[in-house]
This record gives sequence, structure tokens and C-alpha cells, in this order.
Amino acid sequence: MNLWKRLMCACRRRSPWLFHMNSGSCNGCDIELVASLSPRYDAEQLGVRLEGSPRHADILCITGPVTKNSVGAIRTVYAQACSPKAVVAIGSCPATTNVFIDSRTLAGPLDKHIPVDVFVPGCPPRPDAIIQGIAQAAAILAERGMDTPQAEISIAAPQAAVHHEVQP
Amino acid sequence: MNLLTALARLLLFPGLLFAVPAAWFFLWVERKAVALMQGRIGPPFMQPFYDFVKLLGKTTPPRTGIGGLLMRLWPLLAVSAAAGAVGMLPVLPASGGFEGDLILLLALLELPSVCIIAAGFTSRSIFSEIGSAREAALSVSYNIVFLLAIVSIAAAQHTFRLEALATMPASPLLWLGIAALLVCLPARLHLNPFSLPNAEQEIYSGPMIEYAGPELALWELSHGLEWVAATGLVATLLAPHITLWWMAVLLFIALSFLLVLLLSTLAAATARLAIDTTVRFYWQCSLLFAVLAISSALLMRLRS
Repeated sequence: MNLWKRLMCACRRRSPWLFHMNSGSCNGCDIELVASLSPRYDAEQLGVRLEGSPRHADILCITGPVTKNSVGAIRTVYAQACSPKAVVAIGSCPATTNVFIDSRTLAGPLDKHIPVDVFVPGCPPRPDAIIQGIAQAAAILAERGMDTPQAEISIAAPQAAVHHEVQP
Repeated sequence: MNLLTALARLLLFPGLLFAVPAAWFFLWVERKAVALMQGRIGPPFMQPFYDFVKLLGKTTPPRTGIGGLLMRLWPLLAVSAAAGAVGMLPVLPASGGFEGDLILLLALLELPSVCIIAAGFTSRSIFSEIGSAREAALSVSYNIVFLLAIVSIAAAQHTFRLEALATMPASPLLWLGIAALLVCLPARLHLNPFSLPNAEQEIYSGPMIEYAGPELALWELSHGLEWVAATGLVATLLAPHITLWWMAVLLFIALSFLLVLLLSTLAAATARLAIDTTVRFYWQCSLLFAVLAISSALLMRLRS
């Protein structure tokens, strides 16, 4: 590994910029994610910055059990984030759909639609756990070099879930 | 020899070799000062450098329906204008080389802001268009105060030459002008009471929203260079005339650092104002400074 690649790896590990996305969450995990940036937990020590645009982000933090309405948005946001990128699923909802399992309005869990790198379980998880998940994702990001291209999903194919039939 | 000195000023000091690390350092000071004011520890020392290198290594997604060449051109133009402005600062006394005047320096300082406006409208996102419109309204408002302050300083010295202005002795008119420049700096650097163009909770990243990867890295760099140029301009006006070159350099760096601290503390202590309040603030400011600057310029003319 040459010097430039080693530098790039170090910089990717130390500068994870987040994009926060809610896919039908109850807002519990969202509050905990914001708490992890607050003075008590201070994720900025790891170089974390919350960004407004998925194009600026390295790590997508997705909360919620993935409602059918949000599938298209999730796929668009994932495609718009520039590689190398990582996905952190925050809370039990994106991992298993949690208490909303078998709901007819859901298209979850999240890893049916986009590749997920780190799951942070909990309902909601503590801010410490979220920061640990982000740090793990940043380490994955550093390994994900330029020579291993990342799996891209096509957003051209519309999901059946978006225009679903309501079952009786 | 003249050409060599000019090149050295542009590339070594206070040009690129000094300005780029200084830009990263000032960006870090800003983030760290805000973090300390909020009772946090804040980012590590090398953070802006890590961000820059990381952004260089990212890909850019295809942007359909946007002029790609124009989108790439704006950040490059902004960075080169800001670097040129830093290179023109009269830090070293009587260094020779290319002696630009104040008008060229002001034009170069203004170019990054024009580039931001143009970039927002080029990217055709609704959020960036709002950001650009705000930047344009803000720029029209604060520039009147800024230019009037510069006019009053230049009128006191009867010249637009930078070297003469840097060696100007302290006078009430100079202090008035510097106070006016300080009022404009938060808006010029998009800092908190006037951080309207990049209001992240309202319009995400404003004009930068469609940018990614290396182009975003250039925008970050141009923002840092704007910090160096804007605080450097005030620092050179503030600094007394010193013939020892290393003393002049140290004083320039120390004064710039103090200004950055002052502005970051202000940013951490205040909340964002609405656009109409901001515009009204600057127009009322400008009325006061208009009267003061024009009357003092006339008085100076009459006395000499």
C-alpha cells in the first residue's frame, strides 16, 4: 500500500460525515442520534459532522422500520451518496422491523433494499452505542479502498412496494 | 527580480504555501472555539486537513441536466481568487514585487461570493437557489458598509495603494473604518448571526447542496482562504509599521488569530437572524457610515 492510499485510509477513518434519514421511525432513535452530537457525548471528537445533503455524506444513518412510502426515497438517497459510503441502521426497527413486524404498510427490514454495514440494536439505542456504530462504520469505510468498487443499486427499477395494493 | 518577488509573494508568503495551512488552521480554530463555548471538546487539530483529503478521494455522482463544466469552474475560480487576495496582502514592509491596489484586492475578495451565487443558480436545486438569492441580498447589503469603510480609510491616506495603507498611523478615522469592516466580516464569512446562505437547518447546505467530492473540497478550501484574506486585511490595517520582517509576520499571524477567535466566539454566542432583519441591520449601518465616511472624506479634502 503506497503512501497516498495510507493517508486516504487514515483520513476516511477520521472524517465520517453523516446523513440522517428517517424511514418511518417513531423519532426515538432520531433524538438519540442528535443526542450523540450534543455536548455530553460530543461525536465531533471523531470528526463527525451532520450534513444536509446525501452527496456530502460518507455514512447514511437510517432509522425506522422502512415503510412502503420510504423505500423509493431510501434507494434514491443511497444512490446519491458518493462512494465509498457506509450504511448504519440505527435501532431495532431497520434490523427486524421490531414491534411493527407483519404490518401491511411496511417493506422492511432495511437490508432487503440496500446493503447495511453496521446494525446498532436497541429501542432506542444509547448514544454511546450509536457513536460506537459510527466509529465501526468509519473503520469499514477506511478499508473500502478505491480498488474494490462498491455494490451500486439501480434506482431505475421502481420498487413494487411504492405502488402497492392495499390488501383487505 | 521584480517578477521573482511577485511570484514568491503569490506562492510562498503570504501566498499559497502559507495560506493553505493557515486556512485549515483557522477552520479548525473556528470549530474548536464553537465547541469550547458549548462545553464540548471539539474536533482534533488536523480535522480540516482530514476532511479535505477525504473529499478528494470521493467520487462525484452524475448530475443530469446541469452544466458540468460550469459547476467545476466556480469552485476553482473561488479558490484562485481567494488565494490571489491573500497573496496581495501587504504583510512584509516594502517587499517590492507586484504592488496591487486596494481596488484589485476588494475585487478578488468579492469574487468567491459571486462564485457562490453563480454556483447556486447553476446547480438548479431549489435549496441552492434560495441560498444564492440570500447570498446576493446579503452581499448587496454588507458591501455598502464594507466599501464605505474602505473609502473612508483610503480618503484619510489620499491613496489606494496597499503599502501606504498598511503603514498608515493610527487615527480616529482608521479605527472607525476598522470597526465598520469588523461589522461586515461575519456576513462575509457566513458566520452565525448572518449565516443565511448556508443555513443548514432551513435550506440544508444552500448553494453547495449539489456539490460532492473534490469540488466540495475546493469550496471548503476557498472558505478557509476567505478567512485568511478577510482577517488578514483587517490585521494589516491594524498592525503598526514594523521594519523587522519576522516581527511583522508574527504580528500579522497573531492579529489574524485573535480576529478569528473573536468572530468564532460571536458565532457561538448568537443565533441566526432572519434575512429581512439582517438586510435592515446593514442598511441602517450603512446610512451611519455613509454620512461619516463622506463627511470625513470631504473634510480631509478641505484640510489638505
